[in-house]
Amino acid sequence: MAKIQAGLGTSHIPLLGRIMDIGDSDKAEWAPVFSGFDFTRQWIKEQKPDVVILVYNDHATTFDMKFIPTFAIGCAEAFQPADEGYGARPVPTVKGAPELAWHLTESLILQGFDMTIVNEMDVDHGLTVPLSMVFGEVEEWPCRVIPLAVNTVVYPAPTGERCLALGKALREAVEQFPEDLNVQVWGTGGMSHQLLGERAGLINQPWDTEFMDSLADDYQRLAGISQVEYIRESGTEGCEMVMWLIMRGALKAKVKEVHRHYHVPVSNTALGHIIFEEEVSQ
Amino acid sequence: MNSNNNNYSDIPGTTVFDGNMARKGFHLNQFCMSLMNAANRESFKQNESAYLDRYPLTDAQKQAVLARDFTQLIALGGNIYYLVKISSCDGLSVAAAVSTMTDLSTEEYLDMMRNGGRSPEGNRYLKEQQ
Repeated sequence: MAKIQAGLGTSHIPLLGRIMDIGDSDKAEWAPVFSGFDFTRQWIKEQKPDVVILVYNDHATTFDMKFIPTFAIGCAEAFQPADEGYGARPVPTVKGAPELAWHLTESLILQGFDMTIVNEMDVDHGLTVPLSMVFGEVEEWPCRVIPLAVNTVVYPAPTGERCLALGKALREAVEQFPEDLNVQVWGTGGMSHQLLGERAGLINQPWDTEFMDSLADDYQRLAGISQVEYIRESGTEGCEMVMWLIMRGALKAKVKEVHRHYHVPVSNTALGHIIFEEEVSQ
Repeated sequence: MNSNNNNYSDIPGTTVFDGNMARKGFHLNQFCMSLMNAANRESFKQNESAYLDRYPLTDAQKQAVLARDFTQLIALGGNIYYLVKISSCDGLSVAAAVSTMTDLSTEEYLDMMRNGGRSPEGNRYLKEQQ
């Protein structure tokens, strides 16, 4: 049977994709950012996930103002890195896992999550930057990926409660899949940032730290944070943190934090990264 | 400035992109979306006014695009992820575009970010700023 035993959260800052693409990630000025992923790149080689369910938001790339799905799941064989206005990132094609994706879709809808089904789409930095941060520069992504896109661009984003519950439903669905697969769920986006208005540049380091401190055990409280509170405390784009709750919901109640990284700033944003493992019962 | 009329209208210097803003800015944002295409970017650069005339924008929206007035574009229903397609077309970084909405120069804004960003203290409620 398929199983989930680990998950991670990470920001998906476009500038970091660009820095890697132009070959500057080894430069000393970027060491404080990238060194926080050294552990992760080793860890992922040991974990060897077969499939990553990658929770992210599209940034006016595939979904424009015509269609704005709250939760969308990518069921295609493959997804191309998108041209976001200055050419596509030179990273490998993202290979999907359509059989599992369709299984998840059916199970999620029957569990009450009315997913939008996407059979063709390009994926933007929200999805490819986390892959680059975790796997580094590779010829091919070493696992298959199921994109799970969440609307965080148009108010309102889905609530934290709903995201946590979606994570739980995802776990339920994965565990019903007959093939032996090691599946991980990644929640991406955040942490505090605001990209507009006179208040642009807002960063709330204590808030971000508190969020990461609470994610292992006190996630139920985090799920109660409203979008207005996210905006007030952590900036208009801070509400992307609900996507980390989907990851958390997909893991057991008891998890172990095995790695954490936090850095301010990357461009306009606070970078956060965390890894959880479940205790594996023998 | 805050262009919302809702329970988040008391957050200073912030406009939440809600249904009301989305309705105001629909054509403006769809114009921005067209700049994802290289040929469209070329036509826009060749004659910005003529290109803008292809979209049913208000005069105020057209003027704000031509002036690259991001504060005004947000007030007129633009969404930042769409608007940065204009500044990318100009070869500007997101941070540079974003900084124009603040009372800081781009260099001052970047300095503020390097020093930990803008503090939420005094920036949560409009009443704190009166």
